[in-house]
Amino acid sequence: MRLLDVEKEKDVIVVAIEAGRSVESKLRQLGVMPGNCVRVLRQAPFRGPLLVLAGGREVALGQRIAAKIMVEEKPCESP
Amino acid sequence: MRIALIGQPNCGKSTLFNQVAGYKAETGNFSGTTVTFTETKVRVQGQVVNLVDLPGTYTLAASNPAEREVFTYLAGHEVDIIINVIDAVHLSQSLELTLELLELQRPMVIALNMLDEARMVGLQLDGPGLGKLVGTPVLPLVASKGQGVRNLFVAAVRTAQEGVIPIRQAFSPDIEGAVDFLMSRVMSFAEPLCTEAAVIKLLEGDAELTKALKNSQPEMIHVVEDLRLGLQHSRSRQPVWVISGERHARANEIADMVTRQGERRVLFRDHLDNILLHPVLGYLALVLILFLFFQFVYHFGTLLEEPLLNFFIGMEGMMLSWLGEGFFSQILVGLIQGISGGIAIVLPYLMPFLFGLGLLEDIGYLPRVAFLMDALMHRIGLHGKAIVPFILGFGCNVPAVMSTRIMEDRRDRFIAAALATLVPCAARLSVVFGLVAFYLGPNLALAIYLFNLVVISLTARLLSLMMPEETPGLILEIPVYRLPTFRTVAGKAWFRIREFVVEAWPVLIAGSIVLSILNYFNWAVFINSLVRPLSWLLGLPAPVGVPLIFGILRKELSLVMLHQALQVTDLSTKMTSVQMVTFAVFVVFYIPCLATMAVLRRELGARAMALIASLTVIIAMLAALAARGAALLFL
Repeated sequence: MRLLDVEKEKDVIVVAIEAGRSVESKLRQLGVMPGNCVRVLRQAPFRGPLLVLAGGREVALGQRIAAKIMVEEKPCESP
Repeated sequence: MRIALIGQPNCGKSTLFNQVAGYKAETGNFSGTTVTFTETKVRVQGQVVNLVDLPGTYTLAASNPAEREVFTYLAGHEVDIIINVIDAVHLSQSLELTLELLELQRPMVIALNMLDEARMVGLQLDGPGLGKLVGTPVLPLVASKGQGVRNLFVAAVRTAQEGVIPIRQAFSPDIEGAVDFLMSRVMSFAEPLCTEAAVIKLLEGDAELTKALKNSQPEMIHVVEDLRLGLQHSRSRQPVWVISGERHARANEIADMVTRQGERRVLFRDHLDNILLHPVLGYLALVLILFLFFQFVYHFGTLLEEPLLNFFIGMEGMMLSWLGEGFFSQILVGLIQGISGGIAIVLPYLMPFLFGLGLLEDIGYLPRVAFLMDALMHRIGLHGKAIVPFILGFGCNVPAVMSTRIMEDRRDRFIAAALATLVPCAARLSVVFGLVAFYLGPNLALAIYLFNLVVISLTARLLSLMMPEETPGLILEIPVYRLPTFRTVAGKAWFRIREFVVEAWPVLIAGSIVLSILNYFNWAVFINSLVRPLSWLLGLPAPVGVPLIFGILRKELSLVMLHQALQVTDLSTKMTSVQMVTFAVFVVFYIPCLATMAVLRRELGARAMALIASLTVIIAMLAALAARGAALLFL
C-alpha cells in the first residue's frame, strides 16, 4: 500500500520508493528508505502534507511524495 | 591553516561558527539557512587560522546547489582539518555523512553537538568509543551555550598539525574490489580530492567527477561504466543506493555500539505540536502569532518614532533660525533629515521586527508554517518549501533570494525568487509603518499586508500557469523546538541591524543631501516631470518622482526623501489619506532595490533579473491603482 493511505500512529515498513533519483536520495537522507520503519504522526488539512516519524526525526512529506512511497504494515523491531 | 565546519542541516555549525567568529553567519532552527560558505580568521591559542562555515548537507553527493557547495568547496580548496559537527540526538543519521567524510582521508575531528538535548531525551553516548572506531578525536559540544568550543578548536589544531588520517570504513568485498581495481588504473584526476574518495564517487555515478575523468583519462570511462553495470547486475540495485545503503547500515551499527538509551522524559515541547500543528488550532495559532508579532512591531515602533521625530524637528527648526535659508543650511537640513530618517523612522520598526523574526526562527516555528501552508502553496503552484524564502523576505529580500538555492528545480527557484521580491522587506515595512500606520492607524497597515499576500498569490498562480510543471512536492525535516538563548537572538538581530546601519544608512544620508541640493537649484522639477505620467496616473503629487527614483537604491529612501521632497515634516499636511495608501502600495511592489537586483542577477542571471524587475513595475502599477480605487471608496 501507499504511505499516503496509512492510518495515523501505525508503524509501517518502507518497501519501495517509486520516485526519481533526487527525490529518493533526499528521502533516504532523512531516514525514509526501504527496510526502515516509519510512522505517520499527523496530516495537515486540505490534503496537506503528512508528518512522519522516521529514524527519530520528524519529516513533512507532501501528498505527491507520500503516494510514491510503498509500505507494508508490520510492527517495527525497535521503537 | 584552514578549518572547515561540515555537518548535516540544522546540526549547529553556524551556531558554533558564530561562537568563535562573532555573529557573522545567519542561523535558524531549520535546514537551509546557510546556503553558501562564510570564511573568517580566528585565533586559536595564539595562532591565526581560517575558519569556513559550509551549508549543511546530508550527503556529499547532493543535488541542490546549496548542498552541493560542500563538495565543490572540498574539491576546490585545501582544507587542513574538517570539524564534523554531529547532532548527538540523531547519531546514526549524522554518522552517514561522517562515513562519507572519512573516505576523503583528511585529518578530522568530530564534535558531538547538542549533548544537553541528548541528555534530556535520555541518550548516553560513548564519545571515546566512537573515536576509536573511526580514528578521529571526538569532543563534546553544546554550541548554543558555548560549552566545549575551546577544547574542540585546540584539538582540531593539534590533529591538523599531527596530520592524523582517520579510518575509512570498509564496504563489502565486491565494492572494495571495484575500488581497488580503479585505484590501480586511474591516475589522480580530482586534486585536492584524494583518488580513493573520487573513485568511490565515480562508482556512485557522480556526474561532475565523471566529466573530470572524461577530460583527463577518457579511456577509463568505459572501465568505470563496466564496473557500475557489474555492481548493478549482481546487487540488482543502482550502485549509488548500494553504496549509500552500506554506509547507512554501518552508521546504524556504529551508533548502536556507542549509544545507550536511558529513560526518555516526556517534555513540554512534545505536546506543543498538538496545538501548533492541529488542523484547526494550528491555523488559529498561526494567525494569532502573526497578529501579536505585528502589534509588537507597531507599538514598539510608534513608541520611539514620535518622540524621536519631534526631537529632530526641533533641531531642524533651531538650525534654520540660526543659519537662515542659505545653501549651507539647506545641506545641513538634508543631513539632519537623513540621520533622523534612519534613527526615527526606520530603526524603531526594524529593531523589534528583526528581534521577533529571529526568535521565531530559532524556536523552530518556521518549518511548521511550511507544514501548515503546504496545501495552500500547492494551490498557487508551489510547495511548502517556498515558504522559507517567503519568510526570510520579510527581513530582507537579499537572503530570501539566496535561500531559493534550497530548491532543486530552476523553475521553482525562479518563481520563488520572483515572489520573494514582492514580499515587503523590513525597509518597506518602515515605509508602510512610518507612513500608513503612523498617520492612518495600524489597521490600514495590516490591510496593506493582507492585500500584499493576495497580490503575491495571484502572481504565483499566474506564473505557475505560464510555466506549468509538476513540482515533486514537499520533503522537509521538522526540527524539535528549541529554547533560544537571548544572546543568539540578540546577536542575530544585531547582525542584521548592523547591515542597515553600515550599508543603508549612509545611502539614506547621502540621498537626503543630494535631494536638498536638487531642491535648492530647482533641479528636482526636471526628474519629477519625467516621472510625472506615472505619478499623475496614480493621483500622487508631482514631487514624489525623486523619492521614487531614489527608492530603487534603498526602499527606505522613498519615505525619508518624501519628507524633504514635499518640504514638510508632517506629511499629512501635504498628502491625503488616499495618496498615502497609493504611495505605500506602489513602494511595496515596484522594482526591487539595487542589492536585491544584484543578487537576482547572480543567482538566476541577467535575463531573469530584468524579467522580474519589469514584472514588479507592472504589478506595482496595477496594485497601486486597485488600492487607490479601494481607498477612494472607503476612506
